[in-house]
Amino acid sequence: MKTFGGPAILLDRDDINTDEIIPAKYLTEISKMALKTHLLEDLLLDGKPFDNQSNTMQKTQVVITRANFGCGSSREHAVWAFEVNDINLILAESFARIFRQNMFNCGILAIELKKEELSSLFSMTGNITVSVDLNNAEVTAASDNVAESAKTFSFTLNSFDRDLVSAGGWLPYADQRY
Amino acid sequence: MGKTIAQKIFSAHLRDTPSPSNVVLDIDVVMCHEITTPIAILDLMEKGMDRVFDPSKIKAVIDHVTPAKDSKTAMQGKILRDWAKRHQIVDFFDIGKNGVCHALFPEKGFIRPGYTVIMGDSHTCTHGAFGAFAAGVGTTDLEVGILKGVCCFRSPETLKIILTGSLSTGVTAKDAILSIIKRITVNGATDKVIEFAGPVVHSMSMAARMTLCNMAVEAGATSGICAPDRVTAEYLWPFIKEDYQQIERAVEEFEKWQSDPDAEYAQILEIDMSELTPQVTFNFKPDQVKDIADMEGTQVDQVYIGSCTNGRIEDLRDAASILKGRKLAENVRGIVTPATPLIYNTALSEGIIKIFMDAGFCVLNPTCGACLGMSSGVLAEGEVCASTTNRNFNGRMGKGGMVHLMSPYSAAATAVTGVITDPRKFL
Repeated sequence: MKTFGGPAILLDRDDINTDEIIPAKYLTEISKMALKTHLLEDLLLDGKPFDNQSNTMQKTQVVITRANFGCGSSREHAVWAFEVNDINLILAESFARIFRQNMFNCGILAIELKKEELSSLFSMTGNITVSVDLNNAEVTAASDNVAESAKTFSFTLNSFDRDLVSAGGWLPYADQRY
Repeated sequence: MGKTIAQKIFSAHLRDTPSPSNVVLDIDVVMCHEITTPIAILDLMEKGMDRVFDPSKIKAVIDHVTPAKDSKTAMQGKILRDWAKRHQIVDFFDIGKNGVCHALFPEKGFIRPGYTVIMGDSHTCTHGAFGAFAAGVGTTDLEVGILKGVCCFRSPETLKIILTGSLSTGVTAKDAILSIIKRITVNGATDKVIEFAGPVVHSMSMAARMTLCNMAVEAGATSGICAPDRVTAEYLWPFIKEDYQQIERAVEEFEKWQSDPDAEYAQILEIDMSELTPQVTFNFKPDQVKDIADMEGTQVDQVYIGSCTNGRIEDLRDAASILKGRKLAENVRGIVTPATPLIYNTALSEGIIKIFMDAGFCVLNPTCGACLGMSSGVLAEGEVCASTTNRNFNGRMGKGGMVHLMSPYSAAATAVTGVITDPRKFL
């Protein structure tokens, strides 16, 4: 099975929507790779434009964010824009339904953590790397700051979501079964 | 224990239960447009799976950018067009016959009470107005829908919203839904179906119910839903009269798609609509809503009347009742896009198009266009638009633009004065 995790970036805001993740003007692309440089292009954090070309962003494989992530449009382009940037995991308090389903349909992970657990990740210093133990349903965040101890939280992954991840998404799953 | 409408529809369409909390449903209508479908088509082709489960249950339209604005959008249209032809999809709507999907497909009678409907478009929840379960999905779900005629959902919980009292003059379904989203927030109905009920909904036209259900997704809902009744039967009558002969029989038949009195809801909210005034959004989230009185005087550069939310003939009539004999304010651009050719034609014969043109509006062909900043009325940085559409997200109608969502009455009043204006002074 695919493994999940890597260097993380913190997006400290609720309700980050699909238009911020990938603006509609790029929906005319029929190649997923064309979305690569436009990920999070219209994101505002604290009312200021987010730098989607920063060094941190280039290295990021995991997004840590707040509630209702991915609300708005049904565009799977939002998930693909993460995918083509090698981002394979998003940790949030909650996800919008369609976005969450799109994540699992593409065989990548959307994990829900409790509000206080996320807050403790947001308060960590240093650069954070996240790893996932799918068998035990645990996620661990470690910092490169030696003074900061690693934090491990358990999460729930229902059997169907787990099946989607191991099948590599909804299309191979459904093709075999229906 | 009784069942909600959504639970009844789920039971009637159950194909599989892959986990205790997931269900796979048979889908009655798979709707497709040229933005999210071409990638699904190309992927199926690449995988050697270029098939459709049932061409009669697939409906397709080119609506988001039409006529094509550039080579890329032309190619998206071509991929959809070629695919529809290759698979004998009869209900494919191209230039001259095309319109905004969530206005066009209901108008063709494709949506019936008790149906399951999916589309690669978040505003698919609109079709719940017919007592259907209608959900927006991503491209992979769409792909599986096209190939297998199934889709997976979590078992639905229902939030029932009972609208009591009555809407006063100048206050519409748009104002009602904006006030509801403000109350329950953009996350208030995530993973739930919103069942709209009560005397206000019962007395609404299908157009108004569609406006109400259209924005259910802005509160996170999977589908909006209204119990089908005589109004539903009358709207659908041209398409169902052969089946029922008498309208009473259709109304009776539709009753099986009503919630049982002892149905279990996640939550029930009762909201009195009598004191509601026109509503308008501020900032970048659809739950950031104020009484229009608190936003009056805000300058706008553009007024946009159209979309799957408010581009129907009833909406154009509302706006025209204010615009008649009046002009756009100086420095304000007005754009109206009737949502379908039938609406456009009706507006022509009723003299509504002339009213818009005399007021100084640009009349566009039916298209989604500017609503999502793709074409035909995109804002420049720093510009403000009074719009009858459904999303005020940052950059939605153009990078750096601000969108204030409002009803067609309010948009028309704002067009005339050039600043956000309570429409009731014109009515």
